[in-house]
Amino acid sequence: MKAQPTVLYDVPGRRARRRNVLYTVLFLVALALLIWWVLQSLADKNQLEADKWEPFFTDSRSWSTYLLPGLKNTVIAAALAMVIALPLGALFGIARLSDHTWVRGAAGTVVEFFRAIPVLILMLFANAAYAEFTDISPASRPMYAVVTGLVLYNASVLAEVVRAGILSLPSGQTDAAKAIGMRKGQTMSYVLLPQSVTAMLPALVSQLVVIVKDTALGGAMLGFSELLASVRPMSANYGANTIASFTIVAVIFVILNFALTTFAGWLERRLRRAKKSTGAVVGADAVEELARPGEHMEPGEGEK
Amino acid sequence: MFDFLEGYDILGAFWVTVQLTVYSAIGSLIWGTLLAAMRVSPVPLMRGFGTAYVNIVRNIPLTVIIVFTSLGLFQTLGVNMGADDFTTINFRLAVLGLIAYTSAFVCEAVRSGINTVPLGQVEAARAIGLSFPQVLRLIVLPQAFRSVVGPLANVLIALTKNTTVAAAIGVAEAALLMREMIENEAQLILISAIFAFGFICLTLPTGLFLGWLSKKVAVRR
Repeated sequence: MKAQPTVLYDVPGRRARRRNVLYTVLFLVALALLIWWVLQSLADKNQLEADKWEPFFTDSRSWSTYLLPGLKNTVIAAALAMVIALPLGALFGIARLSDHTWVRGAAGTVVEFFRAIPVLILMLFANAAYAEFTDISPASRPMYAVVTGLVLYNASVLAEVVRAGILSLPSGQTDAAKAIGMRKGQTMSYVLLPQSVTAMLPALVSQLVVIVKDTALGGAMLGFSELLASVRPMSANYGANTIASFTIVAVIFVILNFALTTFAGWLERRLRRAKKSTGAVVGADAVEELARPGEHMEPGEGEK
Repeated sequence: MFDFLEGYDILGAFWVTVQLTVYSAIGSLIWGTLLAAMRVSPVPLMRGFGTAYVNIVRNIPLTVIIVFTSLGLFQTLGVNMGADDFTTINFRLAVLGLIAYTSAFVCEAVRSGINTVPLGQVEAARAIGLSFPQVLRLIVLPQAFRSVVGPLANVLIALTKNTTVAAAIGVAEAALLMREMIENEAQLILISAIFAFGFICLTLPTGLFLGWLSKKVAVRR
């Protein structure tokens, strides 16, 4: 591939090309030393032995007993959290655009509160609250607590995504709806909301990655038997293969989330190209900004 | 009403949270900037390494990384970070994990800052005969720094909230103390309100201030 000029450097000439080759060689040596050192330390502790890695490739029970049930719980928790948080988020997002100051203020306070708190604090609270005030069985309590914590946090982030999605639509949409005599509720439910759903799809998929990653907290702190929690029983069963177990779990997470990220990027490019829609898009990267407490997008800002 | 608070060092726990945040912020700023430098360098191998690092680390849950530092690095491989007692070892392992994770996001923030500088500006700068260091000092970096404030603020606040994950390996910070207090005292709502308030005090002012700052210094194009 030919080097393209960027803001930092021009297309390399002969001397620059020679220098780049030198840098490549130096970097390659450093990288090789690093990899050799890592492999050496792994081998010192007997973590590279074949029988520690073999179960994942030859023994299907390692998948059916530990990994797949864990992955199933991770996916169920993430999907439930998304499905419950989305309508809640839509409700609060629309409430924040209300004409009534007190509705706007109340919704804004709730959103601001839950965006500012770590999701782990919400999970710990939900876990203890279910133990104290409800009679959910201790076996299924971690799942309830994880989903509740995720819903509380993500509903507030999704409220901002929905709000940004509605604000990203051209104001002509509202004007046209008013001109044909629609009321506020009709404008929202027939004109603005359906279009904003399409506009915010990339941000929604991108937020799903955050949700999937946060389910692992439940495994480490609440005893929720998701993917990460399968590391301990696996390394106990397959002869202390901690490194191998972690590697497999990490690879599964990376594949799952990378697929979601790629899908979000593909959706975003497709929506930006689309000629039929208004061209309004809440990008996949916007969720990082919308998760920041105190951040509020102004009309028109969401479409960048 | 607040009798149950006796015997618990809430301020001390939040001080550990702040320490985790500050050390990890400094470390990930350094490593993240280096990664960003690799990702925009003219050497394809460095670009590949930077891209691979960011794409892998960003998609692994932080919890997996933090638990790995304890179970994998310390207990299996014997990495003790130059300390003897468990408190210090766990604290340093948590900082290491937070740096490894956060620097992927810092890298993307810095890179997006560099990418906002239009190519035409640099071409114009080269056309009037500015050297490479001059282009960097006078044209690229001043604009990149200003547009990077907002994204870095997001990373810093996410990091502040992420330090609670260190509770998973027993670092005595706010979330771990909260869990201990919930187990021992019958004041669930009040205890949760105190810790929620503590985190709001840490994140909300920072978010408001840095949000205001990033809008103030933003380059208008």
